[in-house]
Amino acid sequence: MIAPSAAPVIRTTRNAVAVELIGVHKWFGAFHALDGIDLKVSRGERVVVCGPSGSGKSTMIRCINGLEMHQQGRVIVDGVELTDNLKRIDEVRREVGMVFQSLNLFPHLTVLDNCTLAPIWVRHMPRREAEAVAMAYLERVHIPEQAAKYPGQLSGGQQQRVAIARALCMNPKIMLFDEPTSALDPEMVKEVLDTMVELAMDGMTMIVVSHEMGFARQVANRVVFMDFGRIVEAAPPEEFFGNPKHERTRLFLSQILH
Amino acid sequence: MAEPHLASRGNRAGGLVAPMPRMRALAWVRANLFNSWLNTALTLLVLWLIWAVCWPLVKFLAVDAVWDGAGRADCLADQIGRAVGACWPFIGAKMGQFLYGFYPPEQYWRVDLTAALGCGLLIPLLIPPLPYKTANSILFFFVYPIAGFVLLVGGMFGLEHVETRVWGGLLVTLVIAVTGIVGSLPIGILLALGRRSELPAVRAVSIVFIEFWRGVPLITVLFFATYMLPLFLPAGWVVNPLLRVMIGVTLFAAAYMAEVVRGGLQAIPRAQYEAAQALGLGYWRMMGLVILPQALKLVIPGIVNTFIGLFKDTTLVLIVAIFDLLGQLRAAFSDPNWATPTTVATGFAFAGIIYFCFCFGMSRYAQWMERRLDPANRP
Repeated sequence: MIAPSAAPVIRTTRNAVAVELIGVHKWFGAFHALDGIDLKVSRGERVVVCGPSGSGKSTMIRCINGLEMHQQGRVIVDGVELTDNLKRIDEVRREVGMVFQSLNLFPHLTVLDNCTLAPIWVRHMPRREAEAVAMAYLERVHIPEQAAKYPGQLSGGQQQRVAIARALCMNPKIMLFDEPTSALDPEMVKEVLDTMVELAMDGMTMIVVSHEMGFARQVANRVVFMDFGRIVEAAPPEEFFGNPKHERTRLFLSQILH
Repeated sequence: MAEPHLASRGNRAGGLVAPMPRMRALAWVRANLFNSWLNTALTLLVLWLIWAVCWPLVKFLAVDAVWDGAGRADCLADQIGRAVGACWPFIGAKMGQFLYGFYPPEQYWRVDLTAALGCGLLIPLLIPPLPYKTANSILFFFVYPIAGFVLLVGGMFGLEHVETRVWGGLLVTLVIAVTGIVGSLPIGILLALGRRSELPAVRAVSIVFIEFWRGVPLITVLFFATYMLPLFLPAGWVVNPLLRVMIGVTLFAAAYMAEVVRGGLQAIPRAQYEAAQALGLGYWRMMGLVILPQALKLVIPGIVNTFIGLFKDTTLVLIVAIFDLLGQLRAAFSDPNWATPTTVATGFAFAGIIYFCFCFGMSRYAQWMERRLDPANRP
């Protein structure tokens, strides 16, 4: 038994759980958006969250990087508990990448500048290094040749892949995807999903809100079904699609799988 | 007049002279201006209107104008035996006053040097491809005001002290306008951010400030600053009258600027704020790097509108006995040596041309910048 110093041990145990939500509640006025969410996502795990609109999926993952503040319960991200302390929220956001449904690259910056902005200003990386990192990730999402263009000159699918690269440039430990393909034209969905599959294969911890059940089957360790702000069912994909336990889940699946 | 032009074009194209443009122009005129009796009538009416407005102007400013002279006698119709338009020698004789007010003539070089330094620093700042923008901005926004202050006020480095009381003319107009323009934009941006802040105290202070300054006329502000402020200040506290007016004009414009900028901030979609936050950018970096560059670009027309308004509002300082360009002009009208029937018109024509040049210049530059910043026009 050679025990290394205590600190790294604690750190590893702490980091084995990437995200933990314990009894999380959130209200928008009288609307109970999150009604006691408990969810634990391990490092390297890939969770796909589905459910009807208004079920609280987006609100839940937006609570993970503090875009929405939960009002009850605890949210712990990579060992850091989210409180209304702004410093801590920024600390969490640095480690958590997010890709949104709406195309929200910064239109006044080139693709390359979109990718280097946060590494330069938040991580204080020298510009040259940040650009090298950005080019590496743009290559990984297969659009290095668009680096000098502005977002408005790109297709929706390309923009979404740049958004993925932009988030990866911060070298995040966890990636959140909030319906990344719902705003895209059908023919562009595949290129974005392919990029996400590659990312999953590299072992990234991912929480993906999506109705792309093919994607869920292919990469998810767990599929979570939400309704009325609660997690109704969470199971590995074979079980989730093959033998859903809850009536509500079955109904939902029959609706989206036709 | 068109012939040499066409010929030169033809030469450049290898000796092929194409008569087309002229024919096309004629055809265009016929097809668009004279294609029905109504259009023909309207075209003629407009042509007549243009003539009716422009000809008297040209006649006054150039054809009938007197260009040389030493006194009123040279600008009187019965003395020189012809109709008299603008009396330009009057402007020439008073030019020193119009530009410098009563600044001591042997010290004019100090004003000239300040102006030259200002142009030398401002012009490269306005031309985007030129390098060293950061150094240039620091020099213009931080070093230049100090240098300008030392040069114009004096009293140190062996420069004779010149009281602001004797400053006047275009000098005063530009000092007030430039400090107002340079000062009102950052203050306005801060107020706009404050008004949209989530901190209730910051928001309240911003709203009260903006609504107060927008709620009072500039004349009231100037009167207050000049005649009432000294009553409130402790005895012995004297704020220079020109400085008081500069602060008043700047804060007044800042309140309007704040509302213009707020309009731009509100036009930026929430998704942009969230994307910036999700990347870990804090409030000031999110605003400075992501939101404001987009918001300010959207409201360039409103910003320039406020700048132009401010520039013209500087003429109001006359009522608190500060003699800007227009003030000096009016003072010069009372000189009996130049009392002629056209002196006043000449003076106002001169002032109009000067103000127009500055305001039109700002407007054109802004239009050009707007086009340049439009991503659609980028290479």
